[in-house]
Formats: sequence, C-alpha cells, structure tokens
Amino acid sequence: MKIRRIQGDFAEVQVGRLRRQINIQMLPKARIGDYVIVHAGFAIQKLDPEGARETLKLIHAPRPS
Amino acid sequence: MHIERKSGVKYVDEFRDKGLVRQIAARIGAMMPAKKNNIMEVCGTHTQSFFRFGLDKLLPPNLRLIAGPGCPVCVSSQGYIDQAIALAKDKGNIILTFADMLRVPGTKSTLEKERARGSRIQAAYSALDSLAVARMNRAKRIIFLAVGFETTAPTIALSIIAAKKEKLKNLYFFSSLKLIPPAMDYLLKDKRLNINGFLCPGHVSVIIGSQAYEQISKRYGIGCCVAGFEPLDILEGIEVLLKQIAQARPAVANQYLRAVKRQGNPRARKVISEVFQVSNASWRGLGNIARSGLKIKDKYSRFDAEEAFSFKITVDDQRLTTKCRCGDVLKGLISPADCPLFLKACQPDNPVGPCMVSSEGACNAYYKYH
Repeated sequence: MKIRRIQGDFAEVQVGRLRRQINIQMLPKARIGDYVIVHAGFAIQKLDPEGARETLKLIHAPRPS
Repeated sequence: MHIERKSGVKYVDEFRDKGLVRQIAARIGAMMPAKKNNIMEVCGTHTQSFFRFGLDKLLPPNLRLIAGPGCPVCVSSQGYIDQAIALAKDKGNIILTFADMLRVPGTKSTLEKERARGSRIQAAYSALDSLAVARMNRAKRIIFLAVGFETTAPTIALSIIAAKKEKLKNLYFFSSLKLIPPAMDYLLKDKRLNINGFLCPGHVSVIIGSQAYEQISKRYGIGCCVAGFEPLDILEGIEVLLKQIAQARPAVANQYLRAVKRQGNPRARKVISEVFQVSNASWRGLGNIARSGLKIKDKYSRFDAEEAFSFKITVDDQRLTTKCRCGDVLKGLISPADCPLFLKACQPDNPVGPCMVSSEGACNAYYKYH
C-alpha cells in the first residue's frame, strides 16, 4: 500500500480505491510515496524497489551453480 | 494454473507473470532429484497462495510441499480458547479478537456460540481498536485476545505501550503469541517427519530477519529459504531449496529481498523485547514447546489478563476430543485429505478442527481449491 499522507504516528495508505489509516511507529523513516507492507493496522516494512529488481533478475537468469 | 488478471498493484503483478511462472516450474522439473523431497512451509499465507495459484499442479510429483504449523489461529490451544470463553461469560467483560478466532473450537464451545448466547465478543481488525473500545466502555473490562506470531507481536506491544501512556485502567491483553523458529526446531527433532527444506514465512521474517534461521540451518544441516507470497516468490524459493538439496549445500537464503533484511525490522524487535519476555507455550497438536511463546513483562503486568484474572493456561492439548487429526496436519504428518473427518463431518461451514476454520489453515485451503 502506498503512503498518501503522514500525521504523527499514523499514515493514510492507499491501494486501488481502498484507503486506510495505519500506524507507522515501526517505520521511523517512512515517507510519502513509499510502498509499505501492512499487518493488522500497522506498517511493518517498506518495500525496497532495489530488492524487487534483484529478485526479478534472479528469476529471469538464475545464479549459475 | 489460475493466475488472476492483472491487479494493477505495484510489486504484485511483476511477481505473477505467467510466462515466468512456467519457466521456473520447468526449471524445477528439470533439476528435481530422483528421490522424494519434502519441503515444509511454516506460513499460513504460503499454504493459501500455493493452492490459490494452482502451484501444486506445476510441481513434480515427487516434490511434496507440506503445510506446517504456520497458521496462528490453528495452533491456539484448546485450553486458551476455553479460558477465553470463561472470560467471555463474565458480564463485566468484553472480548475483542481477530475474526477467525470466533469459530475455533474449544473443548465444549466456541466464542461464536458464546456470542449467540449473549456474551459480548467483538471482532477487531487491529490491536489498536481495543484502546477505542476501552475508552468507550469505561465500566467494562476489555480483553484483547493476542494471538499471532512475530508479525503480530509488535502490533500488540505498541498497543500495550499506548494503553500505558493513556493510563487506561480497563484494558487487558491475553497473550498466546508464539515464535516460529522454536517450532521449526521442535519439528526437526521428530524423526517421522523427514523435512528436506523449509520455506520460511515472509512476514514473520520481515520482523525477525533471515538471521533467525541461521542456527537451525547450521545445527540440522537444512536449507531455509525466506520467500514472499506471490507465485513467482514461492516457486523461486522452492528452486533455491532444491538447488541446495542437489548440491548438498544447505544454507539460509532470502528470496523476499524487497521486504526482508538479514536483521529484520530492528524497531519492531525492540518494541517486542520492551513489552514481552520469552516463555513456554502450548501449541495445538504439537503440545508444550519450550521458549516458543511471548509473555507480558512485569513492567506491563497491569495489562496482562493472566495476572489480572489469575488463571493459568493448562497444557492439555494432547487429549483428543474427536477424531480430528489437526495435530498431525499441523506437523505435516498427514495431508488434510487423509483425515477421516475431512469433507465429511468437518467442513468450513461446520469445522471440527481449527485447520478448517481459518482461511490460513491447511484443511480450509485444501477444501477451497481441491
């Protein structure tokens, strides 16, 4: 879910047309525009675009064994 | 294979690419060793995704993916449910819980049945909801059923810290929080199981990090691969494990690079240890496992339901009240279809065991997609 607004310990996140208030205390560095994983009303981690690219690269061309 | 239409969601569609799914499945088929291999996933969301995307049909027949005890609702002990029901019967109490706990059978009843009989039991989306309910019902005692693994633990911890800050006097948390690595360790000691690799849970690992499996991997010489929940994540995780098996080089690997770091989420781990201490815990089907649970520390004991209501959860779960074989399903000893009650006495509308109740349960996933 993408962070739209931040207010103190809370942020408004959005995916598609769904918007939700979530707690971001576990992510002190969260910024507007970040994609976060949400569990039971809390953001638990920021999604890392570099990590996503890395995984897709490995899927396309697996590590030589 | 029923990969769904594009969701339009970033970080989702890329990991559902049909062509790539076929490619990895073919690679897995080509590298699959001749002998039978068992990979266990210790995560209810993996179980669900695996069947939902039809991945079972893409894998070689001698590769078995076993659903382990990775569904928090399923492993909640019968004794815990019985205690929650006892608390619900007191008219001064309001019980708050995640919705799928409502139908989990205790020894004689469920929270859902007790609600129908007049107890105040409400479903909550987040532990934070309990603070609002406590504020609105000052004359009642609010008891939140804190069920879950390492992913849920920091959300409970932060709610308890917030409750303390607000000086709420009528809010309690009844912890049945559990830890995944000790359960993996316990399962590896069971010689009947013969697990050749672990697909480690994505969101638990977001919190505890891939480092949490290093000791287990080393001690038992077994591969542990952290994986995400999309079809490509799961297949890539399986590919990594099979490669380790083929080369006899077991290790900890992390496929879910976009979400999981080696050290996990340090802030989340800090709030867990601020509020909780490690304790023994009772798992449905598995029994008592040393140092596999979380108990509220003395510092926050004012919010601990076990302190406030002076009871202890009994370790009773080896006693079987029906022919339900949930315990063997949770251990991966049998497949849901091997249970004599499956599809007969036990269905999602009328579940006998917890594995049929939760959408993360192995029996429920089997029922839905088979």
